[in-house]
Amino acid sequence: MGHGFSTLFYKEVLRFWKVASQTVGAPVLTALLYLLIFSHVLAGHVQVHGVIYTAFLIPGLVMMSVLQNAFANSSSSLIQSKVTGNIVFVLLPPISYLEFYLAYVLASVVRGLVVGAGVLLATFWFAPLDFAEPWWILVFALMGGAILGSLGVIAGIWADKFDQLAAFQNFLIMPLTFLSGVFYSVHSLPPFWQQVSHWNPVFYMIDGFRHGFFGVSDASPWLSLAVVGSCLAVLTAFTLNLLKRGYKLRN
Amino acid sequence: MSAAIRITQVSKCFGSVRALDHVDLEVQRGEFFGLLGPNGAGKTTLISALAGLVRADSGSLNVMGHDVQLDYRAARRLLGVVPQELVFDPFFTVRESLKIQSGYFGIRDNDHWIDEILENLGLTSKASANMRMLSGGMKRRVLVAQALVHRPPVIVLDEPTAGVDVELRQTLWAFIRRLNEAGHTIVLTTHYLEEAENLCNRIAMLKAGRVVALDTTAQLLRRFSTHCLRLRTDGAIPAELARDAAQNGGWWSLPFDAFDQVEPMLAKIRAAGCRIDDLEIGKPDLEEVFVRVMQGQHESQVS
Repeated sequence: MGHGFSTLFYKEVLRFWKVASQTVGAPVLTALLYLLIFSHVLAGHVQVHGVIYTAFLIPGLVMMSVLQNAFANSSSSLIQSKVTGNIVFVLLPPISYLEFYLAYVLASVVRGLVVGAGVLLATFWFAPLDFAEPWWILVFALMGGAILGSLGVIAGIWADKFDQLAAFQNFLIMPLTFLSGVFYSVHSLPPFWQQVSHWNPVFYMIDGFRHGFFGVSDASPWLSLAVVGSCLAVLTAFTLNLLKRGYKLRN
Repeated sequence: MSAAIRITQVSKCFGSVRALDHVDLEVQRGEFFGLLGPNGAGKTTLISALAGLVRADSGSLNVMGHDVQLDYRAARRLLGVVPQELVFDPFFTVRESLKIQSGYFGIRDNDHWIDEILENLGLTSKASANMRMLSGGMKRRVLVAQALVHRPPVIVLDEPTAGVDVELRQTLWAFIRRLNEAGHTIVLTTHYLEEAENLCNRIAMLKAGRVVALDTTAQLLRRFSTHCLRLRTDGAIPAELARDAAQNGGWWSLPFDAFDQVEPMLAKIRAAGCRIDDLEIGKPDLEEVFVRVMQGQHESQVS
């Protein structure tokens, strides 16, 4: 990887950091509000895997923030650059499609991790949290961020207008993340919806991530790793192919 | 030594629109080359294909011997492009933009050269201003600066003076001329034909995706345009002269090839008892060449 890659990565990180109140502060506040409201309503009524509800909820909110912000970073950067035309600044230099992909996705992962850490910092006062198997926490945060960062690259390249990007976000990303067990254990769902949830890759990201905190989960973390790893491999290959062909960007 | 730019049989369609139709073009190193044509003629598409922003359907494009697809890293390093649209990244200051652009080209410590470009483009005082705060003309200067951060030997400017004030136009051309004198190859598209006439040593004209004229500026002027004697008289000029003349608001325009034809023409007018109220001699002019080429009178003369 050359200096072109590291510059693009740095520029992408700098871009969200310069408006951190909007790109980091706002999502942390949103997650905090979710926590306050849901834990107020449900704490004392619900226990999941023998964990009190507020503690169960926190890792879910952290991971949801990681995922949504990883997606937001690459997708909004690309659509803004396309709409304003300054995408030419990264298309004119000798940056390979692989460098291009990695720079955007890694910056997305960084944004996801920064927001995730912020949410964790803001919420972990509210309930006792374990860090039973911390490697799982890191692995699923990184892979989940990379998957959503890749989806963001795809959406950013595909969308010609902001409302198309919003549709991608509202009709695909939001349902996938909300219906993934952030707020509940899928075991509490009727059998049919349990089955449906098991087709949602985001379920495995959150379940595996949560396993790192409590050492228990709905699915085995190894199964989650296999599902999440396969998704990442397929999406990476797909996105690299789009970039290699110059789909929309070089036409 | 390979040409600065070699374009061979390049075609490009957008849907049913044929933007480029088997374009052949070669620009030698050190040239100041003009690419002219009406809107939609394919100038920007050709530049985009050269810069790798658009992929040609067929044919090949080389920058100093490097294919823009197969050997894109070398080709892009050798090429600096000033895009036509006034684009900028609102997140950064002028200096940040230039440092980032240098980094994209793999250049780490470029401050010295960046200072020099800023100085030459009259941007030094704006170096730490955010891009959003700049006027249109200033943004245009930054675009030029961004195209030059990696010291490209071949520089392409796509309508760099569109909507730009006189001062910047002059600063810009003085700077580009110096770069040309220092050995950089310059390719320019512009709507201001006077600029092309003054700056470019060779010109290609594009129409509907095809090269319809390609020659040195001097030759084009000679081939398609002539000197002309323009006069205002108190009456009709002799019929013999009026045959070849164009009349416009009391002015007669009489084309001629050599200056020794002027005196006999004046003598005939005097002999006819016609009084001359005003007189001027018009030079060949690229605008006339352009209009005539675009009307398609000389397509057969494409070299």
